[in-house]
Amino acid sequence: MSDTGGDTRVGASVVSGFFHRHRGLTPYLLLAPGLFWLAVFFAIPLGFLGYQSLQSGVFPNFEFTWAFSNFPDALSTYRPQLVRSFVYAGIATVVALVLAYPLVYWIAFRAGRWRNLFLLFIVAPFFVTYLIRTLAWLNILADEGPVVGLLRSLHVLDEDGRLLATSVAVVSGITYNFFPFMALPLYVSLEQIDPRLLEAAKDLYASSTQAFLRVTLPLSAPGIVAGTLLTFIPAAGDFINARLLGTPNQAMIGNVIQAKFLESLDYPTAATLSFVLMAAILGALLVYARIVGTERLTG
Amino acid sequence: MTALAEPVPASRLGAAARAWCFAKRHVLTVYALLACAYLMLPIAVVILFSFNDPAGRFNYVWQGFTIDNWIHWDGVLGIRDAVRISLEIGVLATLVATALGTLMAMGIVRYRFSGRAVTNLLVFLPMSTPEIVLGASLLTLFLNLTSVFQLGFWTIFIAHVMFIVSYVVVTVKARLIGFDRHLEEAAMDLGANEWTTFRKVTLPLLAPAMLAASLLGFALSIDDFVITYFNAGGTQTFPVFVWGIARVAVPPQVNVVASAIFLVAIVIALASVLWQIVRAGRTREGAA
Repeated sequence: MSDTGGDTRVGASVVSGFFHRHRGLTPYLLLAPGLFWLAVFFAIPLGFLGYQSLQSGVFPNFEFTWAFSNFPDALSTYRPQLVRSFVYAGIATVVALVLAYPLVYWIAFRAGRWRNLFLLFIVAPFFVTYLIRTLAWLNILADEGPVVGLLRSLHVLDEDGRLLATSVAVVSGITYNFFPFMALPLYVSLEQIDPRLLEAAKDLYASSTQAFLRVTLPLSAPGIVAGTLLTFIPAAGDFINARLLGTPNQAMIGNVIQAKFLESLDYPTAATLSFVLMAAILGALLVYARIVGTERLTG
Repeated sequence: MTALAEPVPASRLGAAARAWCFAKRHVLTVYALLACAYLMLPIAVVILFSFNDPAGRFNYVWQGFTIDNWIHWDGVLGIRDAVRISLEIGVLATLVATALGTLMAMGIVRYRFSGRAVTNLLVFLPMSTPEIVLGASLLTLFLNLTSVFQLGFWTIFIAHVMFIVSYVVVTVKARLIGFDRHLEEAAMDLGANEWTTFRKVTLPLLAPAMLAASLLGFALSIDDFVITYFNAGGTQTFPVFVWGIARVAVPPQVNVVASAIFLVAIVIALASVLWQIVRAGRTREGAA
């Protein structure tokens, strides 16, 4: 190794000499390649998206006409899908929080040395391709499947009642698919809680319920915030669950964007709707940032 | 210590209260196990149906056990190419994104410079933007610059590097913040220049974080559908292939590939978890 030639060593000393003389430049040189990539392939495309959203015309003859009317038009035409996206995402987020909290609480405080093994159960769905785990729900919720059979025999569903092609199927698909995004940040915040704080609460005659409500729950708030965001954002933009488990009656805003971009080639409307989705989510994010502070959000 | 401390509160509590504590404790345990079962259910279905022997085109109802799908996993037109392209893009995009992201993390953690806030924002925003917006905006860039970019392998690669970089920055940053800089100073004091210090001290210490970041990046890349679908043109990665074939009928070979990916990932993860448990047990014995 040491005799790999003077070339690399000379080159290296030139490089380090350069760094030494221009210390102020070093951070920029380190950042340059990554920043370039993010600027050209993330920030600038957002500009192009804005540019596209103000165009009018029919494929392939679009013209930039400051067509601001695209926004009210798209909003009024696709209001049901937009509202549905936020309702579905909201329900899925709340259900995921309620399902995840006790599980993660148990892992953090009761699973002992097997904690990491149980964490693996939470992460495991990520190891199965997103589309395929959604298709698996197609098998599980199928009309001939066990879940529908059970619900029918319990008379929760009618004799010919079904789950597929309903809002319930779409929301449960979303809940399952984004569950780990809720559970992992929750776990991180619960795991950091010093058990001595809970002992102190007990010593001061707090009941378990009081200790939970006044110590554990407030200390896990950052995890709840992070989990809520990480679940809600992708859920609101999702189109796979609505497409595979639902019908056009369950279409979300993502389905419209996808169809406009890739099927009906109506780029301006698709771009407008993408912007509306992004703006709505950013709005929600800013409200959150005001409440919890930016440092906590950006880590 | 604990053996002495425990009986005191136990005797202070009444029998009913103790029973209530016991029940409550176990309700939570039962719930946790049920929740784990819920998380495993679709995975079990995917693996089970990879062994199904469907009578017709549809692989929805259990017909009988067969191992044929695993032996002839590439018996469906296009599946082999799709898997190959997914692996190629996964490896390439992960390598590039890990390099870019590690450098960025070093710049962000180690230096004070103007433009820090913008940099942080540029790293954070892609992670908090819905995938569909990332995919759609990148597609408008490519569509407006058709002379430079043609949709296909390289546009998918560009997209994957873009969304993986942020995750690498976050992962490596976490490691750098808890980094003992005295080690580097010691190396410099012993006459190593910046480059040697970086190569012999910094890089080996960062290696675990970089490995973790690459594993995460690879997993994200191989699983991504939405962004890829928007920017793929006619090129098919494995998820894009699945999307296409799902409109007709999903053959069991798709379950085979998904199960294989799952098994590889879970074996790696299990091995690392078990190793941690064994190591923790050993240090505890050592301490006692």
